[in-house]
Amino acid sequence: MAVTFLQPGSPTRRFLGDFRESWIATGALAVVVLIVLLAVFAPWITPQDPYDIANLSLADARRPPGFVGSEGYVHVLGTDAQGRDLLSAILFGLRISLEMGLAAGLFSFVLGASLGILAAYLGGRFETAIMRFVDLQLSFPAILLALVLVALLGQGKGQLIVALVAAQYAYFARTAFGAAATERRKDYVEAAAATPLSGRRIILRHLLPNALPPLIVVATVQVANAIALEATLSFLGLGLPETEPSLGMLIANGFQYMMNGRYWISVYPGIALIVLIVAINLVGDQIRDQLNPRLRR
Amino acid sequence: MSAAAVLQVAGLSTSFFTKAGVARAVQDVSFTLGRGEVLGLVGESGSGKSVTGFSLLGLVDPPGRIVAGSVRLEGQELVGLPSHALRKVRGRRIAMIFQDPMMTLHPVLSIATQMGLAIAAHERVGRAATRARCIEVLNRVGIPGAAERLDAFPHQISGGMRQRVDIAIALLHRPAVIIADEPTTALDVSVQAQILAEMRSLVAESGTSLVWISHDLAVVAALSDRIAVMYGGRIVEEGPTDVVLTGPRHPYTQGLLDSLPSRAKPGTELVQIPGGTPSLLALPEGCPFRPRCPRETEICRTMPEPTGDALRRARCHHPLVLSPAEAA
Amino acid sequence: MLGFVLQRILQAALVMLAMSALVFVGVYAIGNPIDVLISPDATQDIRDATIARYGLDRPLWEQYGGFLGRLLQGDLGRSLVFGVPVLHLILSRLPATLELAVAAVLAATLIGVPLGMYAGYRPDSPLSKTIMTVSILGFSVPTFWVGLILILFFAVELGWLPAGSRGETVEVFGVGWSFLTANGLKHLILPALNLSLFKLAMMIRLARAGTREIMLSDTVKFARAAGLSDGTILRRHVLKLISIPIVTVFGLEFGSTLAFAVVTETIFSWPGLGKLVIDSIQSLDRPVMVAYLVLIAFLFVLINLSVDLVYALLDPRLRRGQVA
Ligand SMILES: Nc1ncnc2c1ncn2[C@@H]1O[C@H](COP(=O)(O)OP(=O)(O)O)[C@@H](O)[C@H]1O
Ligand SMILES: [Mg+2]
Repeated sequence: MAVTFLQPGSPTRRFLGDFRESWIATGALAVVVLIVLLAVFAPWITPQDPYDIANLSLADARRPPGFVGSEGYVHVLGTDAQGRDLLSAILFGLRISLEMGLAAGLFSFVLGASLGILAAYLGGRFETAIMRFVDLQLSFPAILLALVLVALLGQGKGQLIVALVAAQYAYFARTAFGAAATERRKDYVEAAAATPLSGRRIILRHLLPNALPPLIVVATVQVANAIALEATLSFLGLGLPETEPSLGMLIANGFQYMMNGRYWISVYPGIALIVLIVAINLVGDQIRDQLNPRLRR
Repeated sequence: MSAAAVLQVAGLSTSFFTKAGVARAVQDVSFTLGRGEVLGLVGESGSGKSVTGFSLLGLVDPPGRIVAGSVRLEGQELVGLPSHALRKVRGRRIAMIFQDPMMTLHPVLSIATQMGLAIAAHERVGRAATRARCIEVLNRVGIPGAAERLDAFPHQISGGMRQRVDIAIALLHRPAVIIADEPTTALDVSVQAQILAEMRSLVAESGTSLVWISHDLAVVAALSDRIAVMYGGRIVEEGPTDVVLTGPRHPYTQGLLDSLPSRAKPGTELVQIPGGTPSLLALPEGCPFRPRCPRETEICRTMPEPTGDALRRARCHHPLVLSPAEAA
Repeated sequence: MLGFVLQRILQAALVMLAMSALVFVGVYAIGNPIDVLISPDATQDIRDATIARYGLDRPLWEQYGGFLGRLLQGDLGRSLVFGVPVLHLILSRLPATLELAVAAVLAATLIGVPLGMYAGYRPDSPLSKTIMTVSILGFSVPTFWVGLILILFFAVELGWLPAGSRGETVEVFGVGWSFLTANGLKHLILPALNLSLFKLAMMIRLARAGTREIMLSDTVKFARAAGLSDGTILRRHVLKLISIPIVTVFGLEFGSTLAFAVVTETIFSWPGLGKLVIDSIQSLDRPVMVAYLVLIAFLFVLINLSVDLVYALLDPRLRRGQVA
């Protein structure tokens, strides 16, 4: 099983081949992988543990890129307001941003896909109720919903993930429902549903596989969106607590110093953030184009 | 003949440069259209009739382009004319009507607006005069209550009425030539006959020349003075309507005639030409009709040159009726 | 037409009811309702009095009824921070946000539609490719980051434009407007640009897709055959057709523009609703939050309703009961 899907001529193989043809997407994927690796191994490759207050010296604060600090090494990207090495802070910030984005994406995926597929499978009142609610929510800006939830639930990683999931699951639900409902109406599924075969079988064998490709596209985009949303909330001071400095918070902390020319405290974390988001989006764009039957030749 | 020639087409070739290859949709097409004359351009779907029509107006969109030939309208060369000059010709001196009237009119502009824009494209006319002119032309194409219809939107009138509006737009500037690309194909049979009759009297009274494109030989026969038969992007036979109908030279024309229901002897089956339309991306070497032709021989692997004169000619190595020159 | 309008108004009222229930459940039932109404350091007497006054000891559905009743009378409570009626507070901040949002959506439309139409008309030109790249960036780069970069370039580095507050305002109808003074207008440019970027990207995409499709249609080919110039065709035929989805998005996005104003107003210290709501979240001024949510929900419903109606005006096919 693990080997067959990579055999020549298999759809997965063809998919990967097509993907490699676009050098932009391939480059973007390489960037994403690199960032993930940097984030995962941050504790081993950064010159400093930015969370350890003992490491920080105010004498090193707000120094420009290239400054050699009291610890004796070069602060390649400069230091922030507390004297943190910015490069270390950014890599640790990426860790948190990715963690939040992936967790929110995963939970939204599971919740949204389950609701959407269940609505398509059960139909009737359940479908109407769920999908009406989802549509209503989709017309409402995700950022406001997340904002309000964070305000109600308080700060913290768990709370933030709940807020992000609440703001995002609806996209998955709509997508899953769309694909699953089309499949559900096909004759062979109708026929299968009429037999005493278990519903689980229909859902797992027919509905889920058909909903999966569009869901994957939504998932890529939504992970990027979750990262952006988390950064926005943290920038507004409503995301994570001070002890978990994500990229958004780094940018916010540097904001006040930007006005008097100390641009790097905000700008470098920001560049890291948008490189990550844009790279994920480019990968997502390519996957969408490849899965879109209308663009297929 | 050439003194009264309104449109002279010579060696016209148009190709589409697609990813899959070069589609030579129109190749070496030549014909002459006299003033007030109706030329029927007939051929199977995909034979290049529409592309010929678009080429005459310089309306071939990329990836297509006219690669060779000349189109002279009242003596003026149109091929290679800059786009702004071409625009001034279109609609004023040569106009075109399309197949599906459901697709040609703008869905959310009123008929008055659309006709007004067509007038304003070539002339500065005041509001009242524009309106009067629209009503006059709509009346001419047989639209009852033209004054009220003018303010309607396309979805509020029938398909036949829409096609009449299209015809009215083509007639607005009294062009010397109108290309009518299967204008009745999408309509009900009864409406078809009406519009056919109206077109005939319209061109007769206005002296407009007409190129009437159709896949239906019967329609063309009823209307045209002369017939040109297209196959695989080329004109394979051309001549006065009655001559072509009674004595076709090209086996393809014969095949078309045999498949006409009105010509079949009662009780016999209709004869269909065997095989299908060739792909323009992979035309056979030599005569394009060769694979389907009952008279095919070795020489058909070379492209036959037209034989006869400008009034009556065919492209065939084994014509059914010899031209005077060949007979001699 | 009248039936259509009535039907839409009824639908809007129903959605509004559902929205108010959601906000009620969200804030009053999930959070501790008493926290929403009085400050945490109020005395026990005030606490009890408030509980009695708002009927917090009553069953939930009864409370919802009361909430709805007060809502209809415009009673949204008092701000804990400012000590004034919330409605008053919100209405005083609304003009600044409306001004910003309208400027942003207008900018997005006036810049985005021509750019998108050009990209659709000449899809292979280098300029079109540049336009599309910018629109991809506009979609993925977070608003707050763009705002920061705008400030860095135009305010800090170049010093051309101010980076905060509304500047001078002029009183019209009892409220101050920035766009009427040169100084105010200068203050408006950066925030409006910032807020418009996402919509700009969206408008470009919409206009491009629509233009491309329409330019290939028989309608355009027929118009060309009649001698219309490409300019006329773009201005009359294409614009008219793409205006239908654009008005829809213009309207629908106006609501989300109000929402994103939260971010822009914070960055540019624009004293509007968004800044108010962020401040009240940070200071736990919950009555303001509730009122803001209800107002936004109301605006959303109102916008959806108007879009439907404008839509019907633009597209004669949607109007029924006319001569066939
Ligand atoms: N836009 C296009 N792109 C590529 N090929 C085209 C295009 N338009 C026409 N063609 C080619 O030209 C051929 C003739 O088309 P057309 O003139 O429309 O045929 P007809 O009108 O006789 O049915 C088509 O079969 C196709 O191969
Ligand atoms: Mg055709």
